[in-house]
Amino acid sequence: MLFATELVGAAAYDAQSHFVGRVREFFVEPAEQPNRISHFLISRGRFQPLVARYDQVTKIAPGRIDLNVSERALDAYKPNEAWLAVQKDLLDQQIIDTAGRKVVRVNDVDLAELRANSHVELRIAQVDVGLPGAMRRLLQGIAPSALIHKLQGKLPQRSIRWEFVNLIEPDPLRRVKLRITHEKLEDLHPADLAEMMEELSAAERQGIIASLDEETAAQVLAELDERLTTQIVEKLDPEKAADILEEMPPDAAADLLADLPKETSEELLEEMPNLEAEEVRELLSYSPSTAGGMMNTEFAYVSEASPREEVLDWLRKQDFNLDQLDTIVLVDPHAQFSGTVSIARMLLAATDQLMSDLKTDPLVSITPDASEKDVFELFDKYNLRMLTVIDEDKRPIGTVTVDDVVSRLVNA
Amino acid sequence: MILATINNVIDRIRGRTLAFFSTGNQLWRRIALFFAVVGPGIITSNVDNDAGGIATYTQAGSAYGYTMLWSLVPMTIALYVTMEMCARMGVITGKGLSDLIREEFGFRSTFFVMIVGFLVDLGNVVAEFAGVAASAEIFGVSKYIAVPLAAVLVWVLVLKGSYRQVELVFLIACIFYLTYLFSAIFSRPDWLLATRMTVIPSIHLDTGYLITLTALVGTTIAPWQFFYLQAGFVEKKVGPRQYPQARLDVLFGSISCMVIVFFIIICTAATLHASGLTSISDAGEAAKALAPLAGKWAALTFAFGLLNASLFAATILPLSTAHVICEGMGFEAGIDHKFREAPAFYWLYTILILVGGGIVLLPNAPLWKIFIFSQVGNGIWLPIVTIFILLLVNRKDLMGDYTNTLTFNIIAWITAVAMIVLTFVLVGQGVLQWVKGSPG
Repeated sequence: MLFATELVGAAAYDAQSHFVGRVREFFVEPAEQPNRISHFLISRGRFQPLVARYDQVTKIAPGRIDLNVSERALDAYKPNEAWLAVQKDLLDQQIIDTAGRKVVRVNDVDLAELRANSHVELRIAQVDVGLPGAMRRLLQGIAPSALIHKLQGKLPQRSIRWEFVNLIEPDPLRRVKLRITHEKLEDLHPADLAEMMEELSAAERQGIIASLDEETAAQVLAELDERLTTQIVEKLDPEKAADILEEMPPDAAADLLADLPKETSEELLEEMPNLEAEEVRELLSYSPSTAGGMMNTEFAYVSEASPREEVLDWLRKQDFNLDQLDTIVLVDPHAQFSGTVSIARMLLAATDQLMSDLKTDPLVSITPDASEKDVFELFDKYNLRMLTVIDEDKRPIGTVTVDDVVSRLVNA
Repeated sequence: MILATINNVIDRIRGRTLAFFSTGNQLWRRIALFFAVVGPGIITSNVDNDAGGIATYTQAGSAYGYTMLWSLVPMTIALYVTMEMCARMGVITGKGLSDLIREEFGFRSTFFVMIVGFLVDLGNVVAEFAGVAASAEIFGVSKYIAVPLAAVLVWVLVLKGSYRQVELVFLIACIFYLTYLFSAIFSRPDWLLATRMTVIPSIHLDTGYLITLTALVGTTIAPWQFFYLQAGFVEKKVGPRQYPQARLDVLFGSISCMVIVFFIIICTAATLHASGLTSISDAGEAAKALAPLAGKWAALTFAFGLLNASLFAATILPLSTAHVICEGMGFEAGIDHKFREAPAFYWLYTILILVGGGIVLLPNAPLWKIFIFSQVGNGIWLPIVTIFILLLVNRKDLMGDYTNTLTFNIIAWITAVAMIVLTFVLVGQGVLQWVKGSPG
């Protein structure tokens, strides 16, 4: 195992054992091979720097690399955006550890040697985020390497395997060239991802959101601190922003738009499909600290005269978020609110039982202009999971769920 | 984390203020926007007037009367210029200063900056606990009771207290800086003369005057506050759109910091200096001397101000130091982690408080040597950090359109060079004292 720190400044010798220069940087070409060190940058003082390809290297040891070609066979160095620079892009930078679900800072890069026919390749095995790497960075070139080796054995190891490393590249063009995908991030829980993003810089957050699919982006934005959400949405391309808003529950979209400047939110609403935009506009008309401002307009409601089995069949065909669905709203023949039924009651009820028989006591509802404090009190008093919001004609127009209440209370 | 806590305080005030103002007209809306961002600038500046600072202002006032007041104006500018750059970096990049130094200047530079910073801050923490000891004595409490009590209080408050408890305490601490206004009023200064001396510079060319002046500048601009301020805006999640408000916060903070300095100087000038007590060297001594001259209330408010400032800084300094170091080195930090998850953070924090408080309790502790040591450290720290800041803030790839303008760069570099020269003078003076082997 070699460390990037030990190779920085290594002397490079060509096939005739002539000194060529010193290694200043290593590159990975992710499009070719995601973990192979593909190029070594060799600087020669005031002369133009050269580049050695991976198959031109025969021997690698701390402080020295040997090439299998003569100096003249090496190419001149030209910057290439599709190359990932180990020192500049990786060392000291923040990365996302997708296995440990956190943001960490890279202290050193551990390289494994891979012997091929006539050359030696270096593969990035893992990145060091612990004390051994820090100690090497500090002491390399100052203390004798025997001491460094002795010390690093005594320090607790903390490293992340390269396949769990997710790089953050804010520049979208370069990201494509580097083939950095955020597929692994999309598998994380949106709340975990949101928490990690709070530790990153503004540009990096922007980069991640821009590269996630709309659905994941919407979920992450819904979990993110609202001050950051507005900053991100403001900078997004309006079309993309509107696509993400469409994926959000209308109440979350309305909360987000409410924090934006008027022109921006209008622009985004224009971009959204009419139906969704209308819903969001309606929610925006309520003050944020009222039941109307808290409610979600997407909820399940059925006629109280329907039998349980029919409702279940209907639910199966709908596209509700099943992890959130735990109460069904009932309406009478005049489309007025007549009660709620919990999923648990439905589960235990007989097949042909009518929904009206399963109603929860007592009948609780609230008007959209009621204050959030009234909402909290009702939740507390009746141990509610969900509260129905009704208009002046007693028609249900939305529901406030317990998670809305919890997040308000936590942020109060 | 401490910054989050402070931000919570401000957010609560802000929440109420917003509710109050949000229905008003354009002017009120502007004020409401300001309150959404306000905090880091004001708090950083307030903590800046800590025990060490108050001692220096006392010295300046008692030895030279009103004649140093004019320096507050250029100092306000210097404070604003340096803090504004950090605020801007925090707002635009969304990263802390130690993060940026680490990413742009590598591990070794960061490590060096952090080690020096740790030692300087340790010296400062000693000064804070010495301040606690001095003020406790005036209230008739032994330092062997007061200092351990303060250390435990600081520890418990931050590590075991709920956010609400901590925020209440900080809120009160900020308001208590106003006690110096009362100390000043009780000491019946010559307001007209004080105002004139503030506006019209009067430079004296004797050595003592220049040394005190240098110390005044040195204590006002300290590198830790750059880190703290920038982290404050990052944790508050202030974005580019709110940059004008953030700048206003820094401006307001710089001015309010200097207003407190103004009150302390005129208080001591009107009493100690006017009565010929010109060799007062620390704030505790000053408070004691105030009683017969300006009455019990002037002395008590002065001592209380000192206690408040010392405790406030003793709470914030160790936490922000531990946090900044861990951030730069990539260790887990923050009080939402458990001891096992963030051992480096907790050890740093504990060592700072234990050693800081412990040194004050040692009989015959060579406190002045520690302060000189910390001053020398500051002399090394300040130039490096200031130059890092100037390099970072001018980086187009980091700051985009928010790099320094030419005019701002000229002012900033002049400020930086002036600060660096003054700090070196102070270091040289400190080393001279050390060699002579006696304080003052």
